[in-house]
Amino acid sequence: MIGMNHYLILSAILFAISVMGIFLNRKNIIVVLLSIELMLLAVNFNFVTFSSFLHNVAGQIFVFFTLTVAAAESAIGLAILIILFRNLRSINVRDMDQLKG
Amino acid sequence: MSSMHLYLTIILAPLVSSTLVGLFGCALGKKLSQLLCILGVLISTVCSVVVLNQVLSNGLYFDGPLYTWLTVGNQTYSVGVLIDSLTATMLTVVTSVSLMVHIYTIGYMAGEDGYTRFFSYISLFTFMMIMLVMSNNFIQLFFGWEGVGLVSYLLIGFYFKRESAIFANLKAFLINRIGDLGFLLGIGLVLAYFGTLNYAEVFAKLNEITGQTFLGTGWSVITVICLLLFVGAMGKSAQFPLHVWLPDSMEGPTPISALIHAATMVTAGIFMVARLSPMYDLSETALSFIAIVGAINALFLGLLGLIQNDIKRVVAYSTLSQLGYMAVALGCGAYSVGIFHLMTHAFFKALLFLAAGSVIVGMHHEQDMRKMGGLWKYMPITYLVTIVGNLALAGIPPFAGFFSKDMILEAAENAHHHGLFGSSFVVFCVYAAVFVTACYSFRQLFMTFHGEERFRHSHNDHHGHDDHGHHGPVEPHESPWVITVPLVLLAIPSVIIGWVAFSKFVPGDFYQNVIFNAEFFKEFTGEAMAKGELSPIAMMIHSLSSPPVYLALSGIIAAYVAHKSPAFVAAIKAIFKPVIYVMERKYFMDDLFINLLAPLGRGIGKVLWSIGDVLLIDGLIVNGSARVIGVFSKIFRRAQTGYVNSYATFMVLGILILLTFCTGLILH
Amino acid sequence: MDIVSVLFYVFAAILLFSGFRVITAKNPVHAALFLVLAFVTSACLWMMLNVEFLALTLILVYVGAVMVLFLFVVMMLDVDLESLRKGFWKNMPLALVLGVVVLLEMLLVIVKNPVVTSVANVDPESKISNANKLGWVLYTQYSYPVELASMILLLGLVVAVALTLRKTDKQAKYQNIAAQVAVDSKTRFTMVKMAAEVEEISSAENKQETAGDKQ
Repeated sequence: MIGMNHYLILSAILFAISVMGIFLNRKNIIVVLLSIELMLLAVNFNFVTFSSFLHNVAGQIFVFFTLTVAAAESAIGLAILIILFRNLRSINVRDMDQLKG
Repeated sequence: MSSMHLYLTIILAPLVSSTLVGLFGCALGKKLSQLLCILGVLISTVCSVVVLNQVLSNGLYFDGPLYTWLTVGNQTYSVGVLIDSLTATMLTVVTSVSLMVHIYTIGYMAGEDGYTRFFSYISLFTFMMIMLVMSNNFIQLFFGWEGVGLVSYLLIGFYFKRESAIFANLKAFLINRIGDLGFLLGIGLVLAYFGTLNYAEVFAKLNEITGQTFLGTGWSVITVICLLLFVGAMGKSAQFPLHVWLPDSMEGPTPISALIHAATMVTAGIFMVARLSPMYDLSETALSFIAIVGAINALFLGLLGLIQNDIKRVVAYSTLSQLGYMAVALGCGAYSVGIFHLMTHAFFKALLFLAAGSVIVGMHHEQDMRKMGGLWKYMPITYLVTIVGNLALAGIPPFAGFFSKDMILEAAENAHHHGLFGSSFVVFCVYAAVFVTACYSFRQLFMTFHGEERFRHSHNDHHGHDDHGHHGPVEPHESPWVITVPLVLLAIPSVIIGWVAFSKFVPGDFYQNVIFNAEFFKEFTGEAMAKGELSPIAMMIHSLSSPPVYLALSGIIAAYVAHKSPAFVAAIKAIFKPVIYVMERKYFMDDLFINLLAPLGRGIGKVLWSIGDVLLIDGLIVNGSARVIGVFSKIFRRAQTGYVNSYATFMVLGILILLTFCTGLILH
Repeated sequence: MDIVSVLFYVFAAILLFSGFRVITAKNPVHAALFLVLAFVTSACLWMMLNVEFLALTLILVYVGAVMVLFLFVVMMLDVDLESLRKGFWKNMPLALVLGVVVLLEMLLVIVKNPVVTSVANVDPESKISNANKLGWVLYTQYSYPVELASMILLLGLVVAVALTLRKTDKQAKYQNIAAQVAVDSKTRFTMVKMAAEVEEISSAENKQETAGDKQ
């Protein structure tokens, strides 16, 4: 019988993978963004699981809003990525060193 | 005019004229400047006389604030006015002598550079002195105290192009700082123990404080406060060993020597002790200290007057000696007698100084008595007033100095009977000083006005501040009327003031509730009053059968003998050669200060500067903290790579740590 | 093992594999596509939890919009993939340690806590669908947050346009509407009188011919 823990563990593994993804692809900003999406998915997974097993619809509402914000975020993130590429001719995070004195 | 306006006028008239002349002196011109200053002081003088008259006729007493300066917590500092008999006396003395000096200055300073500056200074001095005298609290007293010190500094260094003048004014300033440190500490202690700086409130609380002892020691608080305040007075009133600045202050122009360094400012310490007499009366230790210091001043510094050749320095040392007399009077519990001598001395010493100045003008700015002599023919008025002044100084009845000095001698003897510590020394000193005083004052008179006309001999060109710039023998001349009129005006009180004021001062009802003479002195005066001995005439009769007058006369005779036979002087000099040497070196006091204390102070300062300031404060605290921050920044700067991904890494690491922490919490 | 368990494990395996490939794929296009797979798989899993509305929304919004956007961008940019892969293996130990630590900690929390053993959201009495239920709550209790969410979306739109719009771009064509409206027949069509220049043209042609002969 599949219980709540199964889903939670699944989302935990997914989250750990996405954390690793951020660290592995530190230079590739696209993959970093993708990893963040994956992370959000894992979090949403948790919400959905709890909402379903605890019979509380609030969790799903939260996922709804998370999706909204994530969509807006990725749109803006990609826009930034585009102008970044336009200016730097690169999406390597190493090249974004204007902050460095 | 309400009384308040009257008091304000006394204070502000000199200030206004001083400010106007000081700021716009050049635009106003000499004539208008001198007129303004004299007018300001004249107004003050007239108002002071009005106040004195009110005090005399109906016992006026006023104590109130004029203006609240600042409030800290429940402590209010205000500019206040205290009008009583003591204030009125001092006001009259200060303003009238100041007026004389103002007029005299027109003649003395004619043609000098900085004419209007000088007028502005002496008016400012008058203002400061009035503030000091009229104050009803310690802060304002301190303000006036420092104010007169400042003007004194400015005026000693009036000829600021002369190196010796700059040395003298710096010396005066620094020596006075020593005294002022004590004074300030005393004021601080008053504030700490009494919680107020108002005289009346302090006196009201005296009974509570009397028994207390100073922090962890066995000393009485009152004694400590009194001694510290007197240290201030020692600086300002040139008491041994802080007297060294006064002879050098003669570098200043003669009018201010008369006004500041003889008649008024140097008596501020005496005035202060008299004003605080209720407090001093509670500490016999302090009184004894004051008496001994005064006695040293009176005799030993007077002795130095015997060997001076500069006409002004003779008068300066006599001032030191007379200040010692005043201190003795204070120390013997006869505060009112101290004030009495202060007043008579103010007149005759101002007279002597101005007369000396007149001689200097007549001799075309020559100050060395060895180049004078026989001047009586050329300067009759100056000669006459100098005789008057010297008789008053020597204490020959019925001149002013006789009454006050005789009362001081009586007070000293009375204190001796009472058993004041060190009073036998004090009595010896004051009696010996009578002889010395007469001797040096008449030596000056004889050297200057009698004998050979030495100025006809070689007239060396190293004379003081010669502006005339001519060579060859000079022809002395009598001074103009602006100089002689003040001399005559000052000579009058020098003759009669003792007689007139005696009954007011000595029996003591004039200063009732203002100056609290010691009990033993009151008993003495009470007895003497009962016997009818305390009247001017009785005193003069009595004096014929008592030593002081004969001492003074023998002093005059000794001076005459020395004047007539130089061989006698040479013989004495040969016998007392080591003593003379010590005296010529001024008891090594200058050497002590300049060669020992000043380098010591500089050394301590240098050590504190190099270790405390440079090493500890600058090096360790200021630069050290900056350096520590620099070192840490160098380490932490490595974290700030400027790469976005490293920031993200640290963020994730932080989240991880937080997660670990939360996990621990949950699992528990 | 019932069919639900089998399905769960199958989907879970696909999800984890696609997630793993997202972070390891050399080509970002592949990574994005694997992310699409991950989304779809998790939508299936959500279906099994009776969360139909959100499952469909996930596919519609993420797969249909966001991921397509990603693919567009990735394909649009001419990226030097090799340089981006540098340091991948160097970062591996740290990433592994971090991932394992995170995983262990979360597992610890999950395992150690009392397990809710109730069944998934199967409410036999309720005839209302999941979408219906969500809709009721969204438009009543959460109407204000919904409005806010819409504002966030609008903001995202405006920001994305504002960021990428280039006014100085030579290729961008702008309409001047005011000028277009203000035209009349005279400005559109102008008659120009010109003198005939037949001869000069012919002489020019001759010259060209002579030049051609020389060549």
